[in-house]
Amino acid sequence: MSSNGDTLDSKIPAGPVADKWTNFKDKAKLINPANKRKFSVIVVGSGLAGGSAAATLSELGYQVKCFCYQDSPRRAHSIAAQGGINGAKNYQNDGDSVHRLFYDTIKGGDFRSREANVHRLAECSVNIIDQCVAQGVPFAREYGGLLANRSFGGAQVSRTFYARGQTGQQLLIGCYQALEKEIDSGGVEMFTRTEMLDLVLVNDHAKGIIVRDLKTGEISRHAADAVILATGGYGNVFYLSTNAMGCNVMASFRACKRGAYMANPCYTQIHPTCIPVSGDYQSKLTLMSESLRNDGRIWVPKTKEDAAAIREGKKTAVDIAEDDRDYYLERKYPSFGNLAPRDISSRSAKEACDEGRGVSTTGLGVFLDFSDAIERLGEDTIRARYGNLFQMYEKISGENPYQVPMKIYPAVHYTMGGLWVDYNLMSNLKGLHVLGEANFSDHGANRLGASALMQGLADGYFVIPATLPVYLAEETPGTITTDMPEFDAAEKDVTDRIEKLMNIKGSRSVDSFHRELGLLVWDKCGMERTEEGLKEALEKIPAIRKAFWEDVRIPGTADGLNMELEKAGRVADFIDFAEVMCHDALDREESCGGHFRAEHQFDDGEAKRHDDEFTYVSAWEHAGAGEKPILHKEMLEFESVELSVRSYK
Amino acid sequence: MNFTLKVWRQPNPSAEGKIEVYEAKDIPSEASFLEMLDIVNTDIIDSGSDPIHFDHDCREGICGMCSLTINGVPHGKENAVTTCQLHMRKFRDGDTIFIEPFRAMAFPIVKDLVVDRSSFDRIIASGGYISVRTGSAVDANAIPIAKPDADDAFDAAACIGCGACVAACKNASAMLFVGAKAAHLNHLPQGQPEKDSRTLAMVRTMDAEGFGNCTNQYECEAVCPKTISADVIAKLNRDYAVAAVKEAVS
Repeated sequence: MSSNGDTLDSKIPAGPVADKWTNFKDKAKLINPANKRKFSVIVVGSGLAGGSAAATLSELGYQVKCFCYQDSPRRAHSIAAQGGINGAKNYQNDGDSVHRLFYDTIKGGDFRSREANVHRLAECSVNIIDQCVAQGVPFAREYGGLLANRSFGGAQVSRTFYARGQTGQQLLIGCYQALEKEIDSGGVEMFTRTEMLDLVLVNDHAKGIIVRDLKTGEISRHAADAVILATGGYGNVFYLSTNAMGCNVMASFRACKRGAYMANPCYTQIHPTCIPVSGDYQSKLTLMSESLRNDGRIWVPKTKEDAAAIREGKKTAVDIAEDDRDYYLERKYPSFGNLAPRDISSRSAKEACDEGRGVSTTGLGVFLDFSDAIERLGEDTIRARYGNLFQMYEKISGENPYQVPMKIYPAVHYTMGGLWVDYNLMSNLKGLHVLGEANFSDHGANRLGASALMQGLADGYFVIPATLPVYLAEETPGTITTDMPEFDAAEKDVTDRIEKLMNIKGSRSVDSFHRELGLLVWDKCGMERTEEGLKEALEKIPAIRKAFWEDVRIPGTADGLNMELEKAGRVADFIDFAEVMCHDALDREESCGGHFRAEHQFDDGEAKRHDDEFTYVSAWEHAGAGEKPILHKEMLEFESVELSVRSYK
Repeated sequence: MNFTLKVWRQPNPSAEGKIEVYEAKDIPSEASFLEMLDIVNTDIIDSGSDPIHFDHDCREGICGMCSLTINGVPHGKENAVTTCQLHMRKFRDGDTIFIEPFRAMAFPIVKDLVVDRSSFDRIIASGGYISVRTGSAVDANAIPIAKPDADDAFDAAACIGCGACVAACKNASAMLFVGAKAAHLNHLPQGQPEKDSRTLAMVRTMDAEGFGNCTNQYECEAVCPKTISADVIAKLNRDYAVAAVKEAVS
């Protein structure tokens, strides 16, 4: 099945897709309660996936150690998700079902995800909503006291549960509280401000990690019977993204260097509704929930002249007559309109701006206009739906969106690629399990809105508790100790690397390298990729790496809090990771979802997949910095959906 | 824009700290406060010195990590924002700006402007949750919650745990933080079984962590970036009184 002759076994259970998860649970190995206490599990990351896994595994009796780089597990970046979480409850009686959520997610992912995983996700979605409500998550409600729903991009039913614009925060707080409860009971030992710097393999099984205490600089070793990474995505490879400043690929990439395969890294999601860039001092981009697209209409002027007048301040949005406006999503995709999926909406904005019709001062921005909705529903209704988002926009831009249209532009937001995992969420490295955004498994080439929270919580609350015993049942608990030579060697690698970084004493800041790398990959491996551009990026990245390792300047010492040292380690891995991402984008000679190769499009500019050649997962094996990684393939087999051209017209 | 910064520098928890002066030059008015510090730090790094350490992460006002006291006010004078959402256009060109950490006995300084707020986590761990074993929940619509009650719980649940309320209080009281969690969970039907034990445990942990008593001056409410009302403190006092009486007579 693989280009290298070996087989990536995804361990998909037998039976029709709708029965696979039930069949799995009926037959999967179990560990009896008395034995669970003997097994220890390391969880890296405390967001929705890691936090829910750590709390649930502790409830089941495992000894859990959980690690996060922030000062509290409550600060993981899941907290920033605004819009909502999907659940196939069909409370709205509008025709939703588990199958429909499954189908929408497969289609939204442009037929590049694994059917069995996605169906399981849709099945778990209903349990997640129950669990969160029981924890006290304050989802929006109707006057009768029952839960409210709204529609979201890429769906024609209202299945999204939401908590104003703070759904991620409220779900994470629920999960964090469950985690703190387990910390208090002694089931979870929590390590905050602690960063994983390496993965330790014993007899080719993931059995431990090396970490750095960010406050003291102390390096320590932790052993366990299994390791779970829930460390989020790699969006910050682009420097500017909607991710938190600390989000990084280090844990995943360290695992990669130890042999874990990186799957589909070229699938990156560019979110259509972010506040446009205003200057080169900028440190991050701010997302506005795409729920705004429910009531906001996206447009640019029909003519370049009008757009130029707006950019120069000679005209404003109200000066453009209705007939002179191009509501381009409504025009091109009449059935989905402003709710077209994220990749399509983003690329359409780029097209409009590339044509010279952008409206923000940099030329990279389109209008998101609420004036019709305010006229139809009243300002109070709009305030109730989006008040905090409007407030956030005003704080950042200085403009009042109740009076003038917002300006938005796409920004890197989510990464569908990640470490390869089988159906049990175990990587090709035995014992290493990967959850949430850090794995590649459920979203294919494009993630639909309100699905990230769903996947993180499905993986942590419901999937890993059922699949981890498959691995652990074959293991003898407590056989791994941190005095084993494998830990000595991994710790030496870590301390050598820190020493090397500190001793460069060059002249350029870490950020200057990060920005240089980010601009390059945004330009060559962003919303639109070409063979020529990707080859150029692959030529330039080694030069950035060379300059980094010769000329980076890290002030201070390694024996205390040193945020420049933290960033340097992360940027060093982003540089190496960017190469894998570009290799993947170059290799995938088709357009699908978040991966748009300019050479592969229909005459109307729509993405052109090549199912006969590329219906597979690309899993890349690290072959050394600067070396082309080795491709392994997992062929995707679709039993219950028919591959079709994804149309939202 | 140009500013003079007077910044608290303290190399480690046991070292003595002091105010140092920095010039922030050519700062774009659109820059956020933290981006202004990024620019200053780039200059500091280029000169070979240790940059100003401050906590930050999401930079969109929701993670609760950023924690600066700006001209004496946690998160600065602008209403209802975190430090990361404060923009330099709110200052005047040439201003002198004092930047200090969130100060409280229960928030020891780690370095410069970075403090340790793990006392908040321990308060939540002592009772700030609803116990629900994963998988044992009833259907989400089985218990209707009247919209006004749900909205009240939501207002309290908006707390991001930044600690500005503590830093603003002359007694370094955590009553707004604890009150917000109690108001969130104690007023939902799901939170009733553990209401009394939760309230007693959180208040006792708060006291043991070294937070002071409420001053009734509501500085906490004034600085809260999520505009949590000091009403939650009154509700907490009532819930505590009821729980303490029940405990005493049982």
